[in-house]
Amino acid sequence: MAETIFFYLFAGLALIAALLVVTSRQPVHSVLSLLVAMFCLASLFVLLGAYVIAALQILLYAGAVLVLFLFVIMLLNLDRETLARTRSFTLRGAGTLVALALGMSLVRIVARAMAGRSVPPVPEQTGTVERLAQLLFTKYLLPFELTSFLILAAIIGAITLARLKDSDR
Amino acid sequence: MITLTHYLVLSALLFTIGLAGIMTRRNVILILLCVELMFNAANLAFVAFAKSLGDPSGQVIVFFVITVAAAEVTVGLAIAILMARRLSTLNADEVSLLKW
Amino acid sequence: MVTGFPVALAAWTLLLAPLAAAAGIPLLGLHRKRLSASLAIGGLLVPFACACWLLLHTLQGSLHLPLEVKVSWLLLPDLAIPFGVLIDPLSLLMSLIVTGVGSAIFIYSTGYMAHDSGYSRYFTMLSLFAFSMLTIVLANNWLELFIGWELVGFCSYALIGHWFEKPQAADAGKKAFLVNRVADFGFMLGILALWAHSSPLAAERTLNYQLLQTRLPSLLQSGWLSHETLVLTGLLIFCGVLGKSAQMPLHVWLPDAMEGPTPVSALIHAATMVAAGVYMLCRNFWLFQGAPAVLETIAWVGGATAFFSAALAVVEPDLKRILAYSTLSQLGYMVMAVGLGGHVAGMYHLTTHAFFKALLFLAAGSVIHGTRRQNIRELGGLRRSMPWTSATFFIGALALCGFPALSGFFSKDEILVLAHEHNALLYWIGSVTAGLTAFYATRAWCVAFLGQAPEHLHAHESPPVMLIPLVLLSVLSIVGGYLGIPAFLGEPAGAFHWDVAATSLAAIATGAGLAWLIYRRKAIAAEAIARRCAWLHRLLVNRYFFDDVYTWYVEQVQQRLIAGACALFERFIIIGLAVNGLAWLTQLAGRAIRRVQTGRVQGYVLGFCCGIIALLYLAGRF
Repeated sequence: MAETIFFYLFAGLALIAALLVVTSRQPVHSVLSLLVAMFCLASLFVLLGAYVIAALQILLYAGAVLVLFLFVIMLLNLDRETLARTRSFTLRGAGTLVALALGMSLVRIVARAMAGRSVPPVPEQTGTVERLAQLLFTKYLLPFELTSFLILAAIIGAITLARLKDSDR
Repeated sequence: MITLTHYLVLSALLFTIGLAGIMTRRNVILILLCVELMFNAANLAFVAFAKSLGDPSGQVIVFFVITVAAAEVTVGLAIAILMARRLSTLNADEVSLLKW
Repeated sequence: MVTGFPVALAAWTLLLAPLAAAAGIPLLGLHRKRLSASLAIGGLLVPFACACWLLLHTLQGSLHLPLEVKVSWLLLPDLAIPFGVLIDPLSLLMSLIVTGVGSAIFIYSTGYMAHDSGYSRYFTMLSLFAFSMLTIVLANNWLELFIGWELVGFCSYALIGHWFEKPQAADAGKKAFLVNRVADFGFMLGILALWAHSSPLAAERTLNYQLLQTRLPSLLQSGWLSHETLVLTGLLIFCGVLGKSAQMPLHVWLPDAMEGPTPVSALIHAATMVAAGVYMLCRNFWLFQGAPAVLETIAWVGGATAFFSAALAVVEPDLKRILAYSTLSQLGYMVMAVGLGGHVAGMYHLTTHAFFKALLFLAAGSVIHGTRRQNIRELGGLRRSMPWTSATFFIGALALCGFPALSGFFSKDEILVLAHEHNALLYWIGSVTAGLTAFYATRAWCVAFLGQAPEHLHAHESPPVMLIPLVLLSVLSIVGGYLGIPAFLGEPAGAFHWDVAATSLAAIATGAGLAWLIYRRKAIAAEAIARRCAWLHRLLVNRYFFDDVYTWYVEQVQQRLIAGACALFERFIIIGLAVNGLAWLTQLAGRAIRRVQTGRVQGYVLGFCCGIIALLYLAGRF
C-alpha cells in the first residue's frame, strides 16, 4: 500500500517537474525543475530496488550534469529574447501534436503488450552493489572499459571545441 | 499494486514531454536539457524491466546510459558555448548551416 | 578395319591443325618470317596427310563412311549443340581440295609475298581462313557451319584488305564483308527457322544434319513443317549462298576482292569462300530436294550468273578481274547444276574448277610478280619471257574452256547434260556461256601472252617456289577428269552424250575462233564492234550498273533518308527527350525536394518522429 502511495506521489511530481522543464521561461527554472524530476526518478528507482542506480542518478545527474548546465547558463548569461519558444508557430503546434501522437502510440503499445499478463514475483536484492559490480566486471567488462574511452573522447572533444579561437577558423 | 505497466506508462509520458520540449523550445541548451529528460524516461523503463524480469542487466544498461549521457552533455554544451561565441546566438532556428 | 581413336584423332587434326598454326604464328613471334610460313604450311600439310589417310582407308574399304565424332559444346536448357566432325565422301573430297590446293597456294605465297611487311599477319590469316573453311566443310550441324561461315567472311575481309594502306583494298575488304553480312542475315534466319521446325518438342530440336535428314520426311508428313515453310527456309538459306558464292545480285564484292594479294584471290576463288556456298548446297541437298520451287530458283539464279558474268569478262581489261568474272560464271554453272538436281555434278565441277582456277590465279599472280602490271593491254609476248608461267596458264585456260580430255571438259559436260535433260532454256544459256568462256580465255591468252611485248616491259620468270605449285596444279587440271570423282560421291558419271559434247565444242570453237580473229589476227577491230553496239558495250563496261544502283541506294536512300531519320530520332527523341529530358526532370525534382532540407534540427526531429509513428503503426498492423 505504501508503495502505491509513494509511486503516485513521485510519478505525479516527476510529471509536473517535467512539464515545468519544457514550459518555463527561465532556463534556470528549467534546470531546477529537471533536478526535481531526477530526485523523483531516483526515488522510484529505490522503489524498484535499484539502489545503486538511484545513488548514481543523484550523484551523476543531479550532482554533475545539471551543475554543468547551470554553469553554462550562467556563463552565457542568456537574456529573455533567446529564451523564447521557437518562433515558428507551425513547428510548435506540429511538434506538440506529433509528440502527443507518439506518446499515445507508446502508451497504447504498452497497454496492448501488458494486457492480461501477470507479472511474476521476483526476488528482491537485484540492485545491490554486489550484484551490479559482479556483472560489470564479468559479463559487461569490455563495454565498461570502452565507456572510459568514450568519456576520454568526450573530454578531449569538449576541451578542443571550447578552446577554439576565432582565429582558428 | 503497482505493476510494470504503471512504470512503463510513466516512462512513456516523460519521454513524450521531453520530445515535445525538443521540438518546441528554441534554445539549444534547453533542447539538451530535454534530451536528458528523455534519457531519464528510458532509464526508468530499463530499471522497471530489470525488476520485472529479475535481471540486473537492465540496471547495468542504465549505468552505461548515464555515462553516455554525461559524455553527450559535455560535448553538447561545448558546442553550445562555441555557437554562442561564433554565431552570437543559441537559437536553433537561426542556425541552419546544414542545408543545401 | 580402322576405327576408334586413330580415326577420331585424324578427324580432329584435320579440323584443328590450321587453327593451331593460326594461334602459333602470332604467339611465337610475328617478326619470324620463316617460322610463320613453316607453321602455316605445316598446319595445312598435316591435315592434308590426315585426309589422304582417311581417303586411303575408305578406298580400301577398311573405313566406313559416314563417320561422326563430336564433343558436347553448347549446353543450354532445350538446346544442346555438340561440336563435331562429320566425315563422308563429300566432306572428305572437299577437305582434300581445301588442304591440297590450299597447300599449293600457301607454298606459292612464300615466294609471292617474300618482301611483304605484313608477311606473318598474312600467314596467320591464311591459316585461320583454312580453318574456317574446314569448319564449314567438316561441320556436323548448322550452327557450326554458320560459325565457319562467318569466320570465312571475317578472314576474307582481313585478307582482301591485307594492303590496307591502299584505300581501294580497305574498301574492297569492307565491301566483301558487308555484302556477305547482308546475305548471312537471311542465312541465319533460315537456320533459325529450320531449328524452330526441327521438332514439335522443344527438347528435341536439333541442328544436326543427319538427324534432320532422317527426320525431314516425318516432319513433312506430320505437318509440323509445312511445305511453304520449307520453301521459305530453303530460300533464306540460299540467301547465304548468294553472298558467299557471289551469285547475282550479291556478286558485286567478288571483282573488287581482286585488290587483295593474288594468292588470296586464288584461295578465295578456288578452295575456300566461294566454294563454301556451293558446298553447302550439296551438303544439304536433301533439304532442297523437298522443295522444287527452291531448286528452280537456284537453277535460274545460277544460270543468270553464269551468263552475265561471262559477258562481263569479255570487256574487262584487268587480268585478275577477267579471272574473277570467270569464277562468277563457273560458280553460276555449279549453282545451276545443284538447282537442276545434280549436286554431284556441281561438286564435280567445283573440284575441277578448284584445280584450274587456282592454277590460273597463281599464273596470273606470277605474271603480276614478274611484270608489276595486271592490265592485259599493257602486257604482251610473255610466252617468251615467262615460259613456265605461260605454259601453265595455257593449260589452265584450256581446262577452263572445257577443251576435250582436260578436267573442265568432263565436269562442264556433266552439267550441260543435266541441263539438256531438265531445262532446254538453261541448256542453251549454258552452251552460250561456254562459248563466251572460250572467247574471254582466248582473248586474255592472245593479248597478254602472245604478240609483241610492249616497250618498257621487263618481265622475268618467277622463282621455283612459285612455279612448282603451278606445275602441280597443271597436272591436276589435266588429270582431274579421270579420278572418278562422281563415282566417289556415289553417282557414277552418266553416259557420254555426243550431241551435248558436240554442241559445247562448237560453242567453244566459235568463241575461241572469234577471239583469235579479233585479238590475234586483228581481222575484226574490237573498237568497231564496241562502236556498233555502243549501248551493250556501255552496259558491260559499267557492269550492268549494279554498283551504281547499290551506291545510289546506300547514299541516297540509306544515308540520306534512313540515316537522316535516325539522326533526327536520336537528336530529338533520344538526346532531347530521353537523355536531357531525364536530366531535366531529375534536376527539377531535386530543386523541389531540397526545400525539405531546411537545415533546422527541430524540423528533422519532427520528420524523424513522424517516421517512427508510421513504423509503429505498420508494425502494429502486421
